[in-house]
Amino acid sequence: MRFEDEPVPGYPLPILPGHTSPGRFERVLRAGQFAVTSELAPPDSADPEDVYRRARVFDGYVDAINATDGSGANCHMSSLAVCALLTRVGYAPIMQISCRDKNRIAIQGDILGGAAMGVSNLLCLTGDGVQAGDHPQATPVFDLDSMSLLETARTLRDEHHFLSGRKISFAPRVLLGAAENPFARPVEWRATRLAKKVAAGAQFIQTQYCYDVPLLKSFMEQVEGLGLLDKVFILVGVGPLRTAKAAEWIRTHVPGVHIPDAVIERLRGAKDQPLEGRKQCIEVVQEIRTLKGVHGVHLMAYRQEETVAEIIDRSGVLAGRVPWHPGRDPQSNPNRMAS
Amino acid sequence: MYAVRQWSVRHARGLNAFYRAFESVLVALHPLFRAVGYERLERPVAAVERGVKGLLFDCRMCGQCILSSTGMACPMNCPKNLRNGPCGGVRADGNCEVIPDMKCVWREAVAGSARIEGGSDAIRQVQVAVDRRLQGRSSWLRVARERAAGKP
Repeated sequence: MRFEDEPVPGYPLPILPGHTSPGRFERVLRAGQFAVTSELAPPDSADPEDVYRRARVFDGYVDAINATDGSGANCHMSSLAVCALLTRVGYAPIMQISCRDKNRIAIQGDILGGAAMGVSNLLCLTGDGVQAGDHPQATPVFDLDSMSLLETARTLRDEHHFLSGRKISFAPRVLLGAAENPFARPVEWRATRLAKKVAAGAQFIQTQYCYDVPLLKSFMEQVEGLGLLDKVFILVGVGPLRTAKAAEWIRTHVPGVHIPDAVIERLRGAKDQPLEGRKQCIEVVQEIRTLKGVHGVHLMAYRQEETVAEIIDRSGVLAGRVPWHPGRDPQSNPNRMAS
Repeated sequence: MYAVRQWSVRHARGLNAFYRAFESVLVALHPLFRAVGYERLERPVAAVERGVKGLLFDCRMCGQCILSSTGMACPMNCPKNLRNGPCGGVRADGNCEVIPDMKCVWREAVAGSARIEGGSDAIRQVQVAVDRRLQGRSSWLRVARERAAGKP
């Protein structure tokens, strides 16, 4: 979709009535479009071109790009810096904030800094434990949890003060997101946890990888039962599995990923396993698209980001829509500024 | 001790009822506490509290106890100190992502809160960020002082 008030890349859009952010992502969601987001693996490098190269593979297929914050407790370029680079050229990043590495002083500073750099979306996470990553000897901070982080961000945005009570002169205008894992135990309590996150300020949710649609369906029914469907935009996490062996490794080593045996068996029986993995992913995307209350898909294709375009294209979920990317509208007026 | 801690969750109803009665006694003792001086009482009371709750709950003395909202499972035993529910990393067998031999603290909390009257509502309340200055201080004295001052 095109916005007639599209400004020069890097400048915020005007905030529409009822919106909390000047972001393109919120506009797509509130316009009722099926949104597509993906995840950029931050480079182990100080070269900005490494970030841009990784962003470009999504051009024309995603509405927003998640910038991960030390995901899996591994060290990479910071989420704030990746976001700052992305907003410079107009991309709509979702800045992930994990509670593992920073206390409330650093986190609040990053929220202000991110918003000043043009970040319109935050994803508030607890974060994986340090034992999961490449620096298990590090201090786990966990000063806040994902819930109190949401409340903190909402306080900054809506009440214009820090947790200390000290005023801020210009509030960060951001859409607040959180994660949920409908597939982890205690499964029966996951919808309640989502309700808590919505109460704490979450406006959108990105879920953990979904390889079990029936389980997702029962989760969505519980979410509906709690009256949350019109209170939060839910984007379901999906991702292509490369091989049966890789799937088994993920299942045992990546915290919180649930892959049913049937999915792995299907891959094992296929002649071309990566192709079968993409097919399976496309089927999941098409199936979840029909579920009530699902507003989009969060396609995470770690180390196979080039498959995002193909999966989105073949699933048909964009229905001809071309999400904004640098260079999409070459005729746009370069003198136009944000109002 | 892990086994005692699990016993406490299984007996969440009784322990919660006992605590409710104990809390009324604490609030009633407020004039005495004030006369002796809360700061003078802090160390001895905190030591007793640490002993009792340490045995029953593996209490970490965060100083802002929410056991009644968490089914008598101390959330500070979660390696991520989560006070608002389980993280997304709970293992397929229901154990902790960080400590594979420990049952997720929040699975205990959900089970325990179902045993307490009103527990299922209490566990839904969003808990604000902890105040780290209270670490090691007595929750009991804090409750006595705050309730007497009319705080909920």
